[in-house]
Amino acid sequence: MISPEIMLTFYRRLYPFKSIFHWLNHEPTPDDLFVKREIAFNLSTPEDVIIRYNSFNDHDEFKKAVCKMNPTRFEIGPVYTSRPRDKRTARPGTFNAAKRELVFDIDMTDYDPIRTCCSDADICKRCWSFISAAVRVLDTAIREQFGYEHLLWVYSGRRGIHLWISDKEAMGLTDEQRKSIVNWLSVVPKDESKRLNVRFGSRPLPASLQTSLDHLAVVFTELILYDQDCFASEKGWEALLKLIPDARVVDALRTQWGSSSSSSQEKWKDFKSEIKHYKKDSSQRTALTAAMEDIILQYTYPRLDENVSKKRNHLLKAPFCVHPKTGRICVPVDPARIEEFDPEAVPTVTQLLDELDSEAGAGAESSEHHSDWERTSLKPYVDMLDKHNQRIMEEVRKEKRGADMSW
Amino acid sequence: MFKIEERSSAFEEFKNQVELHKGVKYLHRLNFYDKPPLYDVSIEEFETSALDRLRILAEIESSAARNRTWEETKTVTSTQCEKYLPLKSSSAVGTDKEAQRRIDHLGHFVLRLAFCRSDDLRRRFVKAETTLFKVRYETDDSRERELFLNSRDFDWVPVDKVEKEKYRQELMSYGGRADTFDTEKYYKVRWTRVPDLIDRRKVFLKGGWAYVPSREQSSIVYQEFETHLERDLVATSRYMPRLDEDTRLGGILDNLSQGFLGGVSSEWSAGPADANGESIKAEMVDDLAAKHFPMCMRNSHQRLRADHRLNHFGRLQYGLFLKVLGLSVEEAIVFWRKSFDRINDDTFNKMYKYNIRHSFGLEGKRANYPAKNCQQILTSGGDPGCPYRHFSPENLQSALLSTYGPLGLTSSDVPEVMATVKGGHFHVACTRVFEMTHSSSGVKKGDGVGSGESVTHPNQYAAKSMELAKAQEEKAAGMVVT
Repeated sequence: MISPEIMLTFYRRLYPFKSIFHWLNHEPTPDDLFVKREIAFNLSTPEDVIIRYNSFNDHDEFKKAVCKMNPTRFEIGPVYTSRPRDKRTARPGTFNAAKRELVFDIDMTDYDPIRTCCSDADICKRCWSFISAAVRVLDTAIREQFGYEHLLWVYSGRRGIHLWISDKEAMGLTDEQRKSIVNWLSVVPKDESKRLNVRFGSRPLPASLQTSLDHLAVVFTELILYDQDCFASEKGWEALLKLIPDARVVDALRTQWGSSSSSSQEKWKDFKSEIKHYKKDSSQRTALTAAMEDIILQYTYPRLDENVSKKRNHLLKAPFCVHPKTGRICVPVDPARIEEFDPEAVPTVTQLLDELDSEAGAGAESSEHHSDWERTSLKPYVDMLDKHNQRIMEEVRKEKRGADMSW
Repeated sequence: MFKIEERSSAFEEFKNQVELHKGVKYLHRLNFYDKPPLYDVSIEEFETSALDRLRILAEIESSAARNRTWEETKTVTSTQCEKYLPLKSSSAVGTDKEAQRRIDHLGHFVLRLAFCRSDDLRRRFVKAETTLFKVRYETDDSRERELFLNSRDFDWVPVDKVEKEKYRQELMSYGGRADTFDTEKYYKVRWTRVPDLIDRRKVFLKGGWAYVPSREQSSIVYQEFETHLERDLVATSRYMPRLDEDTRLGGILDNLSQGFLGGVSSEWSAGPADANGESIKAEMVDDLAAKHFPMCMRNSHQRLRADHRLNHFGRLQYGLFLKVLGLSVEEAIVFWRKSFDRINDDTFNKMYKYNIRHSFGLEGKRANYPAKNCQQILTSGGDPGCPYRHFSPENLQSALLSTYGPLGLTSSDVPEVMATVKGGHFHVACTRVFEMTHSSSGVKKGDGVGSGESVTHPNQYAAKSMELAKAQEEKAAGMVVT
């Protein structure tokens, strides 16, 4: 548990309010995107409550309110048709969510049925590989298939990762469209024992999944077969057998695997050679090859927390908040270097304050300063957000200029 | 006639258009209704064009309520259109296509005024209009449809040969047959315009562009129609307060928005007849049906009014119900004669009169047949049957709202009724509806049709409902006197 005093110092000296403001606002001067935006405060004292429908005129007001309320964390909601703080005076039916970043949430708990290293809230470098595989696939899919460019990946502070998409079209998506995109990207069935259903009859995989598969086949070998060794235990390989649609093959493999213990990659090899028993181009072989591809997807394809993405008015924790349990900062993550990211190396709030103190000891004044974060290990992360903001703002600027030209 | 904001500017453009086409204003049979009618219209035309269209839309709604398949709906709607709202293809000769299309255009916009008022009305109107559009789109001459599609900017980009060949494999992986691939046309649209296709992972997607094959092209067109209409209705609703100043229109529009289902004609007949004494007159049935009948009889009545016919068991069931309600044999003959207004007296006397008299015990073995009870209706096999049991859930849902909406049933009541139906408790569902629609007479949940009794007979339902109404009337009268 982080003490309220630490949180207050963090908000007063370190939290990058201005960068967050730029990121939400898309412009240097306050616009509807910020002014009509809901910010919800999570308080823990005296009891757990959420104070919803706060909104602010600019980042100074925002900072003052955060320091006054001193929440354990705060969440970002949609842009409404009028200011959320005037909600009560709005005519009924006229206060509606209008815009919102398209967000995705990948959480390690959804991988509990398959990961063997940790469970529940725990996360280690090894199981982070599931997240990094998911980030790769999702990042590529959204950029290439949906054409969005302004993607911000944010570590959730413990065992998951969030994605915020700020493209103009993405901001304006209706709930129906959000639901469609989620369904497009949801491949793994909720029920673990069900097989994937993504094909049209016996056709090859849809193009969008074929591209992912090429990458995921490598991940599958490294992560599932070697690292996690998912099929070593009986529970593990029984789960695999459930996904094979050929009774003869299942029986053969069960007898073989039940009598002697073997590693996952040996088992996978057994499965492959069973497939080769059937003649090339025979219907059984096609079906089993398809099943093999489906299994790879089932074990490695991103598992989304769908409810986060489907509704515009869903709240999601703001970047750079402190995770109340781990004390780690929810920092942005570079998707190009996702494999190198180590959740345990992310700075914690106490570590950052220590860094500030040692600075102060070295002679610098410890008065309140807006960019104190520059002197801590938070700097590279804030820089990353600022660069991201520049790209968004550049595009908005261009668009505005373009609109002016048309006159 | 109806002044919409953009009149002044749009009017200039309109005048230019008139000049351009020298009188030919409607080039296509299909219409996206982008522009409101900007010409003078007589009150009579205003009303009749809307009423005729309303008949069609009501038929479409009841098609959904009656579990009709798409093919059936299409046939029924087409025949109804033929009668009330003919719209011939451009190649047709000997008809005034201009006039037909003008009425189609006018009727649509008048109904927009009537149906833009609430979320619920808008939703129903959009649904019915989109269905009508689909029917017309599917039945349109394929060459003329092509012309119509070209006349409008759907903002879709045809995929050229080179690009199509480049993505051959990708496109093929989303369905389509290898032998037809070369002739299949593809169009690019932003994915946000075809969310249904994305949802089912039906199209190739690249850079936010969905590659829609022509077999799925209608998806774009329908979606576009729907989105446009929804948006325009919301815009119209904002202008409504200004229009209400014209008192001549207010009444017409009010009546239109009430008469969405079946009995369009009846709602427009002269006011309800005075209920003097116990006997019921043929012309009172419309009014009684709307206020007091249970769903099964409402359904029979609406079918009779909309189709001008009813199958044998429907006549038997409904006829006996009316008899018990208090319709004398003379009045029954008048009622049925009027309802079957498409046959001549001879046929009626030969085919139906005997049966009516028979059911009153005046012919044949002269038995006084009782009306069917719920048990018999529930187990009759579904035609006409009990709506709670024999309708599909979606249809029952919309039927409930359209039937009992005017009596105070709201969409928040529906889930409870539907849950009861799902549990197989059809009596209970019917009883709950009775309670909900009579809450203004002081009926509370659990009261049923008097002292907690649930509905077991349609006549019991109707009698109790009429009794409550009478009691309230007397109470009101009493208060005036004292």
